[in-house]
Amino acid sequence: MAGSGTAHMRNTVDSVLTVRDLTVEFRVAKDKIVKAVSGLSFDVVRGETLAIVGESGCGKTTLARAILQLPPPNSGEVVFDGTDLTLLPKENLRSARTSMQMIFQDPISSLNPRMTVHQLLDEPLEIWDRGTRAERDERINKLLFSVGLEPDLVLNRRSYEFSGGQCQRISIARALALDPRMLICDEPVSALDVSIQAQILNLLLSMKETFGLTMLFISHDLAVVKAISTRVMVMYLGKICEVAPPDVLYSQPAHHYTRALLNSVPIPDPTKQIRTELLQGEPPSPMNPPSGCRFRTRCAGASALCSEQEPQLREVSSGQFVACHHPIV
Amino acid sequence: MSSLLSIKNMSVNFDTPRGSLEAVRGVDIEIPAGMSVGVVGESGSGKTVMCRAAMGLLQGSTVNRTGTVIFDGHELTAMSKEQVRELFGSGMAMIFQDPLTALNPVRRIGVQVAEGLRIRLGMSKSDAMVRSKELLELVRIPNAAAVLKSFPYQLSGGMRQRVMIAIAIACNPKLLFADEPTTALDVTVQAQILQLLRELREDLKMSMVLVTHDLGVVAGNTDYVAVMYAGEIVEYAPTTKLFADMRMPYTEALLDSIPRVDHKSGTRLSVIAGRLPDPTHRPAGCGFAPRCKYAQEKCTTDHPELKADPDGHIYRCWFPIGGAL
Repeated sequence: MAGSGTAHMRNTVDSVLTVRDLTVEFRVAKDKIVKAVSGLSFDVVRGETLAIVGESGCGKTTLARAILQLPPPNSGEVVFDGTDLTLLPKENLRSARTSMQMIFQDPISSLNPRMTVHQLLDEPLEIWDRGTRAERDERINKLLFSVGLEPDLVLNRRSYEFSGGQCQRISIARALALDPRMLICDEPVSALDVSIQAQILNLLLSMKETFGLTMLFISHDLAVVKAISTRVMVMYLGKICEVAPPDVLYSQPAHHYTRALLNSVPIPDPTKQIRTELLQGEPPSPMNPPSGCRFRTRCAGASALCSEQEPQLREVSSGQFVACHHPIV
Repeated sequence: MSSLLSIKNMSVNFDTPRGSLEAVRGVDIEIPAGMSVGVVGESGSGKTVMCRAAMGLLQGSTVNRTGTVIFDGHELTAMSKEQVRELFGSGMAMIFQDPLTALNPVRRIGVQVAEGLRIRLGMSKSDAMVRSKELLELVRIPNAAAVLKSFPYQLSGGMRQRVMIAIAIACNPKLLFADEPTTALDVTVQAQILQLLRELREDLKMSMVLVTHDLGVVAGNTDYVAVMYAGEIVEYAPTTKLFADMRMPYTEALLDSIPRVDHKSGTRLSVIAGRLPDPTHRPAGCGFAPRCKYAQEKCTTDHPELKADPDGHIYRCWFPIGGAL
């Protein structure tokens, strides 16, 4: 079977989302196919925050969108709450999406500038017929309070009157309006200043507790991921490199790519500067990925085996899974 | 130590429909020759405007700049636009955050790198091309001959930033302004570009002003740091000194609010409540007072002056962390 293995799958009854062998490819010219996500499997259990981390072009956003069937993947299963979303008819898919909401990177452009905050939050409630006018208004007030906004001050204003941080709060309130079970956050703090970033990360953490949410958190920022996740999955060119709990992954990365990625994060302390060998070059084209292990062309530890055989995920320490023929021990 | 660039009491105001916007407010800073100085702050703190105003890049009827800027013995603020421009390339150069918009999309890379060489150094077309290829190799662009003939859209973000650096160093400038040079890049590419800048600075004996919002980038790449808030420099010290013994509450709050890979996972971040003050209506006292956990009454009424410790550590605070020395 293609893919990077399934050893990290937990297959418990607690799984909220199970993705099996997901492949997304885009045809960009007559015989040019971008292999964005290639045979990926993973599961997310209740209450977990799974972070997906990797550089631009590794397929993390494509993966998130494929889960929501935006657009549907080329092949593979996306089982959410026991139903395979890839098999659902359009109308059922629409209702399934109510319990799976997304927060986007650019909070200002993801809100309709013509709608007031009240309209923005009322829209999902009205479409899904959640309660009477008065009940909906009460719900809207509660939502705004919970994300730290004063309803009386914001209800009749439009998105362009707010800062990026405030817009992201409104987006979060809107995503929570229909009581989703799962929140998919695609780089929710990348566009924000550091002081605002901390506010939004803390808000997401408390929303997760209050609403009992399960989260998929996509980011390129390893420091942000460490602060918010309970499990981390590192991606490279459409494949999984490593899956582990954050403290393990950051202190003893087993994949050469994970280690290289960690070594390139600048640490805000002049006494803790590491000057190791940097990762050279840039990722190869996803139209023509290397054979075997996709990272081998930039890997210091690559051998002949790496070009011949694709490494499968295997457990190297408790809860830590790595797809590498020569993991760092 | 002699200073290569010295900015004295520089303010920059923009006329806007809402009134005068004070982007930079009475900035004093010395950039010592051969050193790398970081300028750090959030969006809107005035770091980019300060650099552009120092180079004389902000022009037009709505811009009011006051104060003095002296670069390498030339008083830029007393020179004409044309005279200042003579210094661009061989005296000062700048690289920008977004290399795609900074490069001309319809001209080949070779022509853009060679432009400065031909104008500033009077090279012939063919000599300039040979030198351009060498410059691309110097910034470690693989297959430089082919890249000379490419257009910007054919290159990746990291490669474009390398081209920008090649253009900036083409005429051996004494001072390089790097305005968020790695913000648009992936971490692994960022690390490569920062390493390249460190090596080039050493080889070419070039000073650098590195503008960034990232304290991590500052920590590993600068000798001095200036922290900006609401248009002012609020703290200035050698980098190791600043991180070991910060005096300004804003700097401390900024550092505490960033998530770090060297901290335990799941730790809640400290938050700086509130927002930057409105640049058209600066508060009477300290600009940070409404957000500062150490603020006292005096902070909201009296604007703090710059103070210097005996070791040269400069800060703008009535009640600095660690008390007055």
